[in-house]
Amino acid sequence: MDQPATCADPAHSHVTFDDGIMLECGTTLRHHTVAFRTYGALNADRSNAVLVCHALTGDQYVAENHPITGKPGWWGTVVGPGRPVDTDRFFVICPNVLGGCMGSTGPLSRRELPDGTTIDEPWGTDFPPITIRDMVRAQKRLIEHLGIERLFAVLGGSMGGMQVLQWAAAYPDAVFAALPIATASYHSAQNIAFHEVGRQAIFADPDWLNGQYWRSGRIPARGLAVARMCAHITYLSEEALTRKFGRRLQNAPKDSTEAINLFGEMFEVESYLRHQGSTFVQRFDANSYLTITRAMDYFDLAADCGGDLTTAFKGTRTRFLLASFTSDWLFPTSQSRSVARALNRAGANVSFVEFPTDKGHDAFLLDEPDFHRTLAGFLRGCAAHAGLGVVE
Amino acid sequence: MTTLDPVRFLAKNLRVDLALIAGMIAPGARVFDIGCGDGTLIDHLFQTKNCDARGIEIDMDEVTRAVAHGLPVMHGDADTDLAYYPDNAFDYVVLSRALQAVERPRAVLQQMLRIGTRAVVSFPNFGHWLVRWQLLSTGRMPMNATWDRPWHETPNIHPCTIRDFFVLCEEEGYVVERWLAADDGGRRAPWRRFSRLANLFGEQGVFLLRRR
Repeated sequence: MDQPATCADPAHSHVTFDDGIMLECGTTLRHHTVAFRTYGALNADRSNAVLVCHALTGDQYVAENHPITGKPGWWGTVVGPGRPVDTDRFFVICPNVLGGCMGSTGPLSRRELPDGTTIDEPWGTDFPPITIRDMVRAQKRLIEHLGIERLFAVLGGSMGGMQVLQWAAAYPDAVFAALPIATASYHSAQNIAFHEVGRQAIFADPDWLNGQYWRSGRIPARGLAVARMCAHITYLSEEALTRKFGRRLQNAPKDSTEAINLFGEMFEVESYLRHQGSTFVQRFDANSYLTITRAMDYFDLAADCGGDLTTAFKGTRTRFLLASFTSDWLFPTSQSRSVARALNRAGANVSFVEFPTDKGHDAFLLDEPDFHRTLAGFLRGCAAHAGLGVVE
Repeated sequence: MTTLDPVRFLAKNLRVDLALIAGMIAPGARVFDIGCGDGTLIDHLFQTKNCDARGIEIDMDEVTRAVAHGLPVMHGDADTDLAYYPDNAFDYVVLSRALQAVERPRAVLQQMLRIGTRAVVSFPNFGHWLVRWQLLSTGRMPMNATWDRPWHETPNIHPCTIRDFFVLCEEEGYVVERWLAADDGGRRAPWRRFSRLANLFGEQGVFLLRRR
């Protein structure tokens, strides 16, 4: 198995801040790096910036081939020239989250001592616990560094949507339009439970070495793959799995050493999940997975505002588009609807659409023409209100 | 409408009363359109009167069409979702040709005049002479361009007449600031001074209400 990208990989464009960032847990990181990609051009009055927030296992390569996997950007159908988030019109910024493993400061980064010096050893599981709010604060630093006072739009799905909600709550004047997609204002007990299964799979891998796997030169590939397989099921739907795989069988690969092939044949859905697991470990760090799943689990925007989500958005002038998908059982429509209602109570300008699809939570990443048309139209409407001019 | 599937909204291409409603709304106002369909009125009010207009609609296809057109519309149900809006959030709350299709018209009107200073309500008049004549002459539920589905399929579960509506406003203590009767082409009928004539010859009623 390939080693994941190492810390401060110079291949990732980034900016490092040396003036410290205080995390919600109380720890201060003296230095932190934000790796990011941009697309399109910032206009003269810096009013056309769009921030794209990635999901749990996403990264900054939203609209270009991935440098490690070579695969197209994870939202190439949404972000690009002539796409709903049109890079001919907008300056799109996509950062790797704090705690990530694609160049931003995270468990793979060189450990920082309390005096601010760094040593030649990764943080591993000693990396401080981070929250969605910490991720967003790091992104805010990036935006300021780029000289942008107000973002025209912030959008993202799943954990990206959590960041969008956090942005809109924490910096209402810096967000003209917010598009939280297939997301929720808190991580549900069921979702935390699935994350815990994934984490336990990593812990149970002997190669994990209590998080210090760099010492052996190996990675806990088996545990991380199982975590991914478990999570991947939650991204799909029963209908989609039936449609794609049904109960079809195929021969198990002869050359595989995996003990699991003892049956001599396997269901196609098993093969698919194994493939998802094995490709994932090539690009993702296990300790990052632990850190970021935990950040999602901690997320509860209402709890941060005295238990009332409406308080988080009181008096907001941001225009919202909430979007959900009928077969998404990980972040069901009811969660988006309760966010929409809280926004209604706050007097916010809210659009809310549920799209019919059998593709489950993953639908937000897939080719959903109605969804894409709606994104484009919403942004066009917002651009008219923001005085960015209307392009037909 | 070619389909006869049971639905709870009216054919939106019949909503020719939008211009009459827009005429009752002041420029720059905050407007909330209940049952806004694809957002035609919202778009019109923003384009021509610079209103901050938003909407709620129960039919997801219409919602998608509206938002894809750049209009602030959310999916929701007039019977249940108005409770989530704060008091006095809007200057005008509009209910266009949907009063007869909601489950609890009186509660919806109460909510409208809670979240808005004024309410604009339009509805097809069940007291129109043709409706009366059809019922009298055939002994069966009227069927025409407005009431276009058999009684067991119609979304219009609470038809009322212009006089009925006046009585409801009286009972609820709403002030009728303006009202008019119109035909289905949106042409204003000349019965403004005589509500009984309006009730006989107007195909629809349009009312501007406020709390007393």
